[in-house]
Amino acid sequence: MTEKQNEAARQDDTGALSDLIVCPSCDALYKVAEVPTGGRARCGRCGHSLMAPRENAMARIVMLAATSLVLMTAALFFPFIEITAGGITRRTSVLDAALTFSQSLSLPLALAVAAFIIVLPVLRLLAIVYALAPMSLGWYAPRHARTALRLAEEAKPWAMAEIFILGVAVALVKIAGLAHVGLGAAFWALALLVLVNILNDNFMCRLTLWRTLEQRSRS
Amino acid sequence: MAHARTTQPVLTAQKAGLLGCRICGRANPGAAQSCSRCGAALHRPGGLQAVMAWLLAGLVVYIPANTYPMLRTKMLGEETDSTILGGAIDLAHHGSWGVAGIVFVASILIPIAKFITIGYLALAVHRRWPMRGRLRFHLYEAVEFIGRWSMIDVFVVAILVALVQFNLAATIAPGIAAVSFALSVIFTMLAAQAFDPRLIWQSADTDTE
Repeated sequence: MTEKQNEAARQDDTGALSDLIVCPSCDALYKVAEVPTGGRARCGRCGHSLMAPRENAMARIVMLAATSLVLMTAALFFPFIEITAGGITRRTSVLDAALTFSQSLSLPLALAVAAFIIVLPVLRLLAIVYALAPMSLGWYAPRHARTALRLAEEAKPWAMAEIFILGVAVALVKIAGLAHVGLGAAFWALALLVLVNILNDNFMCRLTLWRTLEQRSRS
Repeated sequence: MAHARTTQPVLTAQKAGLLGCRICGRANPGAAQSCSRCGAALHRPGGLQAVMAWLLAGLVVYIPANTYPMLRTKMLGEETDSTILGGAIDLAHHGSWGVAGIVFVASILIPIAKFITIGYLALAVHRRWPMRGRLRFHLYEAVEFIGRWSMIDVFVVAILVALVQFNLAATIAPGIAAVSFALSVIFTMLAAQAFDPRLIWQSADTDTE
């Protein structure tokens, strides 16, 4: 049997339900149609993007996620801001900023900030790479790929690296009167990271990705 | 024509006796508990209790977030507290209108708009107010998208505290408002997530029937 026939047989196994698609935001029910690569199918009622197959989408998503991971490492450990006042220069890294609350009354806040700007973004990227990298090489999806991808999806609103960037900019202005302030390497790494993430989000059509994952899973 | 399209009855998964997954779009049998494609727990479009609970919690902690100091600055022995609004006004006085604008929009305008919008959506669905076009859906999308940006003020506080800590001329410490504001943002984000957008369309469907 050829690859295509194989796939068709597997779809028959799971029944007609997998030929249907439900709009996640308005519950409209559609029959899956063939969407040309580069095209986009939207929900006729609410406009939610339903299918948007892209050429090499899997490989690109994995590459962009890996790029983000490298940038994230740089962003974490290099200073993102340096401040000179009275001859003393002080550099602060993202880690410092996350841990600063721990010295005061608000330990829970420290944990939350660390989770929002470090832990969740990193875990999301790792989960995406883990789930999709084997498939981008043409292999089957790894074990628990579905769980990893679902968690990455659910953690998305809570990963706030890009908001932190804007926070840095605001803090710079606030402190400009007190001292001389400069931007460190990590700031640019973070700014780049935000761009890569925006690219990635545009690329990642959620529902298309899930269909592919389902077709490539060993059941 | 765009409006005509939205008022046409649409076959929904619910009417077909199926249950759609909100993560991956898979159609599941109506009795399913979890999605067969992605494993997410499936929910029937249901009540608004969770939405209202999170919204109220967010509203309650938003009060101390505004009345207590966000930042305590100690400079040459002189201690000044600044609230969220005070911080924005200070920035404006120093001539940084742009940044003052960002702070004002992110920490005052957006949270208040969010309370009002989520409250309105929940009420509209609950009371089955008639719906005009896609307005409610766009409101929901806007709230989902923009809510997280309110967190910016908390990050600013974290950055400032980290920067100025070992500088002897000035010290900055976070105030209680930093914690309550962060909680308020988290609670309202949870309220927005607990709100099921399918309810918006459901009330539209019953209108046309």
